[in-house]
Amino acid sequence: MQDVLALGPQFRAPNLRDALQRAGLNGPIAAVTAGWQEREGELAALEEHLGCQVRDLRLYERAEAVFVQDAELHAAYRARQNELRRLQDLYRTRLDHAKAAARDMQRAQDGSAMARQALRSAVATLRRLDAEHLRNLRASHARFEQHWSAEHHPLLARQRADIEEIVAAAGVVCIAGGHVAVLLNRLRLFGLGRALRSRPLAAWSAGAMAVADRVVLFHDHPPQGAGNAELFEAGLGLVADTVFLPHAAARLAVADSSRVALLARRLAPSAAYTLDDGDCLHWRRGRLVTAQGSRRLLRSGEAVPAGATS
Amino acid sequence: MSGRRTTTAATAESAAATLARVRRSPLVDPGGVTFVYQGAADAVNLRCWIHGLPASQPFERVGDGDLWVLRVELPENSRIEYKFEVVRAGQEEWILDPLNPLQAADPFGANSVAQGHGYERPEWTIADSAARPGALDEIALTSAALGDDRHVAVYVPARFRRSRRYPLLIVHDGLDYLRYANLQVVLDNLIHRLEIPPLIVALTQSPDRLNEYAGHDGHARFVAQEIPEQLQHVFPLHPSPAARGLMGASFGGVASLHAAWRHPGAFGRLVLQSGSFAFADIGHHRRTTTFDPVARFVNEFRRRPGRPAERMYLSCGIYESLIYENRSLVPLLRHHGIEVRYEEVRDGHNWENWRDRLQSALTWLFPGPLWMVYE
Repeated sequence: MQDVLALGPQFRAPNLRDALQRAGLNGPIAAVTAGWQEREGELAALEEHLGCQVRDLRLYERAEAVFVQDAELHAAYRARQNELRRLQDLYRTRLDHAKAAARDMQRAQDGSAMARQALRSAVATLRRLDAEHLRNLRASHARFEQHWSAEHHPLLARQRADIEEIVAAAGVVCIAGGHVAVLLNRLRLFGLGRALRSRPLAAWSAGAMAVADRVVLFHDHPPQGAGNAELFEAGLGLVADTVFLPHAAARLAVADSSRVALLARRLAPSAAYTLDDGDCLHWRRGRLVTAQGSRRLLRSGEAVPAGATS
Repeated sequence: MSGRRTTTAATAESAAATLARVRRSPLVDPGGVTFVYQGAADAVNLRCWIHGLPASQPFERVGDGDLWVLRVELPENSRIEYKFEVVRAGQEEWILDPLNPLQAADPFGANSVAQGHGYERPEWTIADSAARPGALDEIALTSAALGDDRHVAVYVPARFRRSRRYPLLIVHDGLDYLRYANLQVVLDNLIHRLEIPPLIVALTQSPDRLNEYAGHDGHARFVAQEIPEQLQHVFPLHPSPAARGLMGASFGGVASLHAAWRHPGAFGRLVLQSGSFAFADIGHHRRTTTFDPVARFVNEFRRRPGRPAERMYLSCGIYESLIYENRSLVPLLRHHGIEVRYEEVRDGHNWENWRDRLQSALTWLFPGPLWMVYE
């Protein structure tokens, strides 16, 4: 099993180079910066930080080229995206009600067994809703990949072979943050889950979200809307039973124990880890071996140092 | 705001003691503010423009000295702008509060600012060193509708890409928004925080706003047709009405609504701040003749509103005389299927009020990729 480093944001106080050194990871570096969209491949700052050249897999650019060459694939891809958006809208509407009920039940706690049971039921409803949504998302992807698999579609297969060659030659593959949906869609379009499984990875922010097994979007105090954390996608599953929460210092009310408790209970048995500037979590052979910074959300409502519970 | 004067001997003594300690005016507490003036005078008056209150309120002298105080009840989160009128030897002089460092500028000069208990300037209105700054360009546009050339400042967001398509927001009195409402800082911050997408923002400044903003068809054509048509040759603009916004305050609000009404489909998004929407259900409106063309337009609009935009954000200060007109517009718009967000705040007809509402307005009309992007 591989080494996986999950890091916080890298644009203010990058710690990637130190993290690679501490983990003993070296060799040629390949990067996925598809989450940067039009800025994909602008590696100057990353190369300066690492002190070496980095080869970008250019997944965003490759996908755009494939879409231009195969209009039918592009149309099918758009239709799938529309389906995913619709699924998300429907889920979000149901989530608003289920989340409100769970919050109400939290407030209704009076020490009685009856109130505790009502809260357990409300959380169970949330968990069922999340699980159903995840099944629907996976089914949508499966339908699309049945017809447009990177294994069988000639254009995708050719790109995938090229990408896998670069990945195989890399000592480390870095997956940068950015737009998590764009990033994940490109990784999935070229079927890179398997290829990445065999290489050491260093992933930050949205990149870390994408390599976990579930992607959860969150913001506790957005300028508009209810601020309900929502299950968004199945990740690549390269780190099992884990959800990453980047930029938690700005987005997550970690001091609000009832919000933290509800999120942790909802995501269990997956562990939810915050990833802020300077944070680094290192998995080796599927086990969390070191933790620097980062906090894990507990069902009790606490956010404790990640290493304390590993 | 009750604004009731409650200056008592005890208040005056207490104010004198506090002033000796803090040397600052006004003194703020949960129930209101106490204005303090120290200096030789025959009389001192508070001059502020709060709908429902007298435009001039007299201070009381503490004892026989040179200290003057006036306590005004002020609800929490209020913000008001004011000056002192100092009377000496029959001469009246309007001055900024010498003991108050808080001032707000506008095209007519500056006023002192009283921030009531609970008011805090939003942090997103203050420059953030982490936010990448956008750039300001200036573009000369030819207007057949107005019969002359106009210079329009254009805000171009940081990390601008020709390969991308951008929403366009056109702002009436745009240079004033830059100067007095920190619009450039606000745009930089909200884009940096992913709360709005990168926008191209055209900042217009009319040389004759009371005429051109008051239901002027030529100006409406300039804004709704000529600016977007000419800018799309310079910038990659998204063509959808949902990606086209028009914004303005006061008479600029009237101009925004009028342009969108005269050119339905041109704008999907409107920001109308403290719009000067004078109207009369019967008879003549009660404002000055400057408002005659405005009232003609608003009366006509109220008869046939149509659907000038899909979404509108309106705001007004409850200390403004325009609160009635703005409140009256909201149910009419909603009745005609327009999605409306309306906010009332404890503030007056001024640029900092309009500044403080920009996050609420822009993030609703142009939601950014906040939930999706984790850099």
